[in-house]
Amino acid sequence: MTDLPARPRIEPRPESATFFVTCLVDQFRPQVGDAVVDVLASNGVSVDVPKEQTCCGQPAFNSGFRKEARSVASRFLDVFDSTDSDRPIVAPSGSCAAMVRNYYPVLFRDDPAELERVKRVADRLWEFSEFLVDGLGLPAAEDEKAVNGETKPVPANLSGLMGPAPATTRSYRQPENLPLDDGAKLPSATYHRCCHALRELGIDRQPNELLEGVDDLEMKPLERSEVCCGFGGAFSVKMPDISTAMLDEKLDNVEATGAATLIAGDTGCIMHMEGGLRRRGSGIRVLHIAELLAESTRTGPSAAATREGNAS
Amino acid sequence: MKPVTRNFRDKAAQTMGDRGIQSALENVYNGFFKARIVASEATDNWEEQRTRGKAIKDHTIANLDHYLDMLATNVERNGGNVFFAANAAEANQYVLDVAAESNVRTVIKSKSMVSEEMGLNEVLTKAGIESVETDLGEYIIQLAGETPYHLIAPAIHKSKSQVSDLLADKSAETGERVREEDAEALTMQARAQLREVFQRADMSVTGVNFGVAESGGIALVTNEGNGRMATSVPRVHIAVMGMEKVIPSIRDLATMLRILIRSATGQRISSYVTMVNGPRREGEEDGPEEFHLVIMDNGRSKLLADEALRESLNCIRCGACLNACPVYRKVGGHSYGWVYPGPIGAIVSPVLTGLKDGKNLPFASSLCGACHDACPVKINIPRMLLELRGKVAESEDASERGRGRWEPLVWKGWKWGMMDRKRFEQGARIGRAFGGPFSSEGWMSRSVPPISGWTSSRDFPLPASESFVKRFHERREDSEPGKTDGDES
Repeated sequence: MTDLPARPRIEPRPESATFFVTCLVDQFRPQVGDAVVDVLASNGVSVDVPKEQTCCGQPAFNSGFRKEARSVASRFLDVFDSTDSDRPIVAPSGSCAAMVRNYYPVLFRDDPAELERVKRVADRLWEFSEFLVDGLGLPAAEDEKAVNGETKPVPANLSGLMGPAPATTRSYRQPENLPLDDGAKLPSATYHRCCHALRELGIDRQPNELLEGVDDLEMKPLERSEVCCGFGGAFSVKMPDISTAMLDEKLDNVEATGAATLIAGDTGCIMHMEGGLRRRGSGIRVLHIAELLAESTRTGPSAAATREGNAS
Repeated sequence: MKPVTRNFRDKAAQTMGDRGIQSALENVYNGFFKARIVASEATDNWEEQRTRGKAIKDHTIANLDHYLDMLATNVERNGGNVFFAANAAEANQYVLDVAAESNVRTVIKSKSMVSEEMGLNEVLTKAGIESVETDLGEYIIQLAGETPYHLIAPAIHKSKSQVSDLLADKSAETGERVREEDAEALTMQARAQLREVFQRADMSVTGVNFGVAESGGIALVTNEGNGRMATSVPRVHIAVMGMEKVIPSIRDLATMLRILIRSATGQRISSYVTMVNGPRREGEEDGPEEFHLVIMDNGRSKLLADEALRESLNCIRCGACLNACPVYRKVGGHSYGWVYPGPIGAIVSPVLTGLKDGKNLPFASSLCGACHDACPVKINIPRMLLELRGKVAESEDASERGRGRWEPLVWKGWKWGMMDRKRFEQGARIGRAFGGPFSSEGWMSRSVPPISGWTSSRDFPLPASESFVKRFHERREDSEPGKTDGDES
């Protein structure tokens, strides 16, 4: 878990991907889906969206109802294993991606035929930020590293836990401030590291690189950014008082940053933290990292895509 | 120790309302949790060490009969006695028999979680034998009449002023009541009280951090030296261990100590590492006349037999998963209701004491994985919690099933909704229609079960007016009539 190697870049660079929307984005936060489509498009990747998709089965699996989970997971495999077989599948959720990659093998351990399908789909399945950074090679453009004469060391896997992610106020990706849709400047933000991306898939460097690549976004360090927000799926409803105590600690730390925006990569956690912030009467808005990236690229072709064009 | 795992929720709620304990638990993150990270980062090949530790444990557990046999043979060769106890009752009886044979009146104990499983203090007291804990934290807990709160810091929930009171009350038993307040003075007071017991103790009972099969010895890790006193002063020494605590060789011990101690306290090495290889031999000045090793099963065979849970026997009881766990840091140690708290306790306790009462514990986790990350032998705790959840939900044995009455129906309904895109859409529309009256700006602030658990403290979003997938394909139809490439499946 702590020493998961990054996946190699996809060769040749894919021009299309299959979009596993995830049920929460699909039904509760479709704007995240729009953002994913926009960001991928601005990086030269078109998406197809299987119409029949619903859920990966995680809610039932996490509640112990494996029979029901297996049915829904098999259906997920029906939908995604029958699409163009080597096209990458992208999901805006570390949690759903981890369900398929790490827990489908557990769920189907007694079913060799299903395991084969699991392997095929899991190998193609990428978490959103992982797909951009590792799969496509964004935004750490190789030419830029060469110019600076340095490669950024990948932090030791535990060092990030010691404290907040490093504060960055870098603005080297894009030449000018990009306006939001409503013409406002991008405000300060802080980043919560969602558990399943971080610890089930070892995805941490990728979203940080993407955030560093956003122009004029002031990242405020978040204390205990790696500590769970208390969502945990059914846990939030089954043990609401413990879940809430964890959320309170998280939101106290978020509010202490003074950031105007809270960014995270998983919609369950986003709903949880936003629901808590609303109850507190806080004005902090909560965005999926795809929404933030889309906001910063929506007004024109993405700088990342431009760079990629230059590099080739 | 009698399990009260079924009281998890009540005890958790009580702990979360206790400001004193909450502030003690709050310190765990900046204390033990960060100390482990500092120590592991200062160790060059930390990940390699973890991998090696895991390999040693995997190998030993896979060949447990072989190594236990080797351990027993070599302990006996060193002049010690070995007793295999199937359960706590057998282990207790053995200790009582040895005590009776040697006419023991006072037993000193060095911290041992296995003896907590046995409820040994109570058993000895009932038999008219004085039994005194000599680990400072454990001594405090004994004075308070409680059980350990943490695997390595049993009195972590006690404030200094509570400790002052406990030691003062103890001092009043034998003379004038003296209430110290300064930490050093308190330590000296406890030391004086314990020293007196050490001097008259006939027998000691200690735990075992590692039993070394190849040498027939045991290793004990302490920071106060009480373990060494306990193993060298009294006439009789009984060491009690869970049967999973054996490792093959001294070389493996080096690896295991390195990762255990760093993960537990962040030290590179504890103040004391005591190695015991049997009773005093001819010509030696120290050491007990008799050495006994009690190797206890007490339900561990159930873990060994279950492939999905076997890895829990790799645990070396360092407490790192407790320190990393955001749930433990809210609900504390006593909520878990038996000897082993925290994430590892949520696996071990229900299996060793019965899922019937412990069925809540596997659900007392957000599955955040911080425990897996922290574990020096990389035990995949979240995965085993999920295995247990599966058992609780789907068990054939009704007494073990821990699902709510409505739950099977909810999941059947959920599955029915998820197996068809149209029903999936309809479900969300129905949710939106029902939630609408409770909502403003698309968020509900109150609701009905099961969502009411959420809305008691957080707003819950209404489903969007149109799903992403539906909207995406409608838009595509509008801009590119006839093209529905998502449909190719």
